[in-house]
Amino acid sequence: MDVLGLYNYWIVILLMMMGFYVVIASGHLVKKLIGLNLFQASVFILYISMGTVEGGAAPILRSGVDVFSNPLPHVLILTAIVVGVATTALGLALVVRIKEAYGSAEEEDIHRQDDSL
Amino acid sequence: MIREHLPVLQVVLPLVAAPLCLLLARSVWAWLLAFMASLAALVISIVLLREVYTGEVLSYAIGGWAAPWGIEYRVDAVNAFILIIVTAISVVALMFAKTSVAQEVASDKQGLFYTAWLLCLTGLLGIAITGDVFNLFVFLEISSLSSYVLIGLGQDRRALTASFQYLVMGTIGATFILIGIGLLYMVTGTLNMMDLAARLAVLGDSRTVQTALAFLTVGIGLKLALFPLHLWLPNAYTYAPSAVTVFLAATATKVAVYMLLRFLFQVFDASFTFGAMPLGGFLAVLAAVGILSTSTVSIFQDNVKRMLAYSSVAQVGYMVLGISLVSSAGLTAALLHLFNHALMKGTLFLALGCVAYRLGSVRLGAIAGLGQRMPWTMAAFLVGALSLIGIPLTAGFVSKWYLILAAVERGWWPLVVVVVAGSHLAIIYVWRVVEMAYLRSPPEKLSVTEAPLSLLLPTWLLAGANVYFGIDTRFSVGMARQAAALLTGSSG
Repeated sequence: MDVLGLYNYWIVILLMMMGFYVVIASGHLVKKLIGLNLFQASVFILYISMGTVEGGAAPILRSGVDVFSNPLPHVLILTAIVVGVATTALGLALVVRIKEAYGSAEEEDIHRQDDSL
Repeated sequence: MIREHLPVLQVVLPLVAAPLCLLLARSVWAWLLAFMASLAALVISIVLLREVYTGEVLSYAIGGWAAPWGIEYRVDAVNAFILIIVTAISVVALMFAKTSVAQEVASDKQGLFYTAWLLCLTGLLGIAITGDVFNLFVFLEISSLSSYVLIGLGQDRRALTASFQYLVMGTIGATFILIGIGLLYMVTGTLNMMDLAARLAVLGDSRTVQTALAFLTVGIGLKLALFPLHLWLPNAYTYAPSAVTVFLAATATKVAVYMLLRFLFQVFDASFTFGAMPLGGFLAVLAAVGILSTSTVSIFQDNVKRMLAYSSVAQVGYMVLGISLVSSAGLTAALLHLFNHALMKGTLFLALGCVAYRLGSVRLGAIAGLGQRMPWTMAAFLVGALSLIGIPLTAGFVSKWYLILAAVERGWWPLVVVVVAGSHLAIIYVWRVVEMAYLRSPPEKLSVTEAPLSLLLPTWLLAGANVYFGIDTRFSVGMARQAAALLTGSSG
């Protein structure tokens, strides 16, 4: 079955939609960031899967091994992971500042305080 | 010797200056370094522009690794035009920032402020100059992350929530772009733009390519603030420090327009994006609805900064409208409006920055009678506003004229109506400010004086540019034409 053979792509789609849903549906800012992380992680898996070559070994030059996985997507995704870490760190720092300024990290509370101004 | 390395220096110079700014924590030195770095970047972009003006294309292989394996920096008429807009606006906005930021940002954070500024500049220049799609994603994130920081430094606590909202939407946009790039790599095995274009042309249509196009368009649409993906923009522009609003409003969305052009016309073939895929009509409808709806929303805003932010979404609509016409006249109009909009929105936000410096508020009620108290500031605002509406002898007129000509050429009369209607809506929301400033008498107790010269100088520099490029269109139209020819030529 071809559909089940591509199970890693199904995981990607599932994770992506879960992450996306959490970003949209949850009111707590930290939970939104968790959703965002999940969303990004799904893309990491997408890249890592595409680098795989069936029957390929890890891309280390050795005698007797001819088929290697493609290391380039893995390297690319290392960069993207770094970007993801930076985004999360900045997001969390903003949440801390928001909590200091509003006394809450719930979206509804924040909107209510802004509207009452 | 140094001349051949200019493409990489364009990006590396502000990148290296950024951490140095952090070391020079004392604000005046940090500002001076940021200013000098921007000025140097401007000089480099002028030299680059002169080299590609004749239609040449500069290609630079980073670290000596030849494309398509290494990262290629590629300068042609299209991005040389963008580079010069970004660096020139950065210089003018930094001239303004010295006084404005000293008031709006805590002194211990000013070193960090200029560091973030230079990083943002690096990112924007990098997006424009790179010929490698993954490198483009990295620069996109550099510019985005630093702009979240810049916005979050606003005085109002709502700057923090605006920055957070932008962070969430911007990250989703950037991740969509990343997915699109991944899908393209999956089918072609390359990341170099020119190589991608050549391979995609051979490969032809497939569902993966279609999905990649969809993800890239939506992702760039988010960064572009294309209606209805613009929700992050009004708050971000309203609560950011004045100088940051000037810088971002005049450059960030422009660079996103550039990304859209590069992907739709060069990486993908125009016959695919606009022929096989119905993207042209799709973008035209979104742009038209965006122009009319956000211009209408502008009319009901009480905060002038927010009013102009909504107007920015409408102006982006004009650019996308030009793109959706898929003709060399349409692209010329889009690129021309990109340049002119940077000038007019720059002027308007600079004038508002002067108002905020003196009044501490940019609410409509606060500026009553300001035409008498701050005549130079409000006169500059008026010049920018006339340009925004598109009155003859201002830059805004030129680009709207070209846009209407391009729409007529394709026979899309409804779009002509949209452009004219959008201009009329602009008259209404701008009139509310003008009426308040000139026809109301100032409150008695208010003793406001004209903004200091250090703020007026950059404001009038851009206001003057609005008039100059409204009369002498040789540079702007010439560049836009050449860039449009390059984009359509490679796709035709």
